[in-house]
Amino acid sequence: MDFTIQNYKDTRSGFGDGLAELGKKNEKVVALCADLTGSLKMDAFAREFPDRFFQTGISEANMIGMAAGLTIGGFIPFTGTFANFSTGRVYDQIRQSVAYSGKNVKICASHAGVTLGEDGATHQILEDIGMMKMLPGMTVIVPCDYNQTKAAVKAVALHEGPVYLRFGRPKVPNFTPADQKLVIGKAILMKEGTDVSIFATGHLVWKAVEALSILAELGINAELINVHTIKPLDEEAVLQSVRKTACVVTAEEHQRNGGLGDSIAQLLALKMPRPVEMVAVNDSFGQSGTPEQLLTEYHLDTMDIVEAAKRAVARK
Amino acid sequence: MRDIQQLENLATQIRRDIVRMVHACQSGHPGGSLGCADFLTALYFNQMKVNPTAFSMDGKGEDLFFLSNGHISPVFYSVLARRGYFEVKELATFRRIHSRLQGHPATLEKLPGIRVASGSLGQGLSVAIGAAQAKKLNGDDRLVYVLMGDGEQQEGQIWEAALYAGAKKIDNLIAVIDYNGKQIDGPVDQVVSLGDLQAKYESFGWKVTRFNGNNMAEVVKTLDIALQQANQQIPQLLLMETEMGQGVDFMMGTHKWHGVAPNDEQLEKALAQLPETIGDY
Repeated sequence: MDFTIQNYKDTRSGFGDGLAELGKKNEKVVALCADLTGSLKMDAFAREFPDRFFQTGISEANMIGMAAGLTIGGFIPFTGTFANFSTGRVYDQIRQSVAYSGKNVKICASHAGVTLGEDGATHQILEDIGMMKMLPGMTVIVPCDYNQTKAAVKAVALHEGPVYLRFGRPKVPNFTPADQKLVIGKAILMKEGTDVSIFATGHLVWKAVEALSILAELGINAELINVHTIKPLDEEAVLQSVRKTACVVTAEEHQRNGGLGDSIAQLLALKMPRPVEMVAVNDSFGQSGTPEQLLTEYHLDTMDIVEAAKRAVARK
Repeated sequence: MRDIQQLENLATQIRRDIVRMVHACQSGHPGGSLGCADFLTALYFNQMKVNPTAFSMDGKGEDLFFLSNGHISPVFYSVLARRGYFEVKELATFRRIHSRLQGHPATLEKLPGIRVASGSLGQGLSVAIGAAQAKKLNGDDRLVYVLMGDGEQQEGQIWEAALYAGAKKIDNLIAVIDYNGKQIDGPVDQVVSLGDLQAKYESFGWKVTRFNGNNMAEVVKTLDIALQQANQQIPQLLLMETEMGQGVDFMMGTHKWHGVAPNDEQLEKALAQLPETIGDY
């Protein structure tokens, strides 16, 4: 696969652009935002489809409830706010009015993880994937770049059922093909390898791409799989890769507890026990700093993936 | 319109259903259910346009009702069954394993008539606002009703929703509060007083009507007036004064029957006050 950087863009812009395009094609798509229209890049949708855009103000619980209500009548609501306010703040509303009620709501969450940066730990949620994946029937998607986020918006609109779509704030390399569709639940093999399987999601997919060449210099031929759908996990893709490589690295901008690594470790423990190394935040809150500083501080950087791969290979 | 006596007879039968259901599984919430029996009877048998035998989630062209205080599920289930959403004999499965009549209303088991799960309080008004907005987008001129508890007004989400509905003038929505003054731990005024609830909603931009929710003629009349006042750029709140436990003397005047089931002897005493009018399930 070609890893050429096409440009640097934020994944939230992929969401905003995808939503505006979707609005043109599907008049059942409506959007709600809790006073973060600019941050979520929902301005274009709000401008072009004012009748289908609901500004709820800073009241996330009401926004989630309204979204559940809008499905009754056949609409496909996309809610937008920061990941922290999209999940922990409204967990019970999502649990009862959306998930348990089986409502077709798309919970779209920006500014996830430490790469939110300077705002600090109050806003840097690192537990959201865990919270959302524990809800029965909830689909959890974490795209890796602008193009994939845009593709994800189209895919989730066609999916019947609640979805948590997580993306972020900083401009990062945009490197996946613009025409690549996102198939929910189908992981993408980005580079074949034989020595170690790297399963990465979100912003850390690019970090894993960077790790590939360093690992190659060390004589480690790593396989890289982009797990954009954390739930339902593409179990077959995981098992097929690990059958070949026999060891694993997981990489994500999230707590170890409840994240992608946790899902993969559970699968392997049940079906194919192999060494697993996790690149993830280890039971701590974030802090203020630049995105790059924070990725280094919390051991989520390229060299952390390289070191984890070396450890995984050594444990085989 | 059905005559008042007919509606009262229905409400009496529904009250019988409530105490029998709660007695049979020795759990559930009879107090609020009994208090709201008149209102829900009038709403479903006289007020709303509904299509019970061909239930659809979207309810296009129908009036919609949401029960936010989901713990009074016995009255909701009985009204739905008596209205024809499902067979009345299914009421016997209330709170039993594998039943569609869960302790609190749910959609997972696909019980006709239920459009959202409720039980964790404070969420129904927001859902109703969303459904009301969907009706507007669809050019559907039917109304959306939601019932909440008065104790439930202590939930913060209610006030987010009340603020939104007032600010955005959601006028195809009629919210109702079961204003019985009681909650699990005691009188609402002692737990955390709501103060002047009418003034609060009015200051949030709502039109508020107070009425006696245990007088069938008044319930019917109030709902009719609310219907006439819909679509006038203002959300409506009906502050419905009820007696928790209404219709069973020893359950009235106390909060103790909020969530307690009667024993065999108490059931007999209750049923003696509620003559069978249509036929038990």
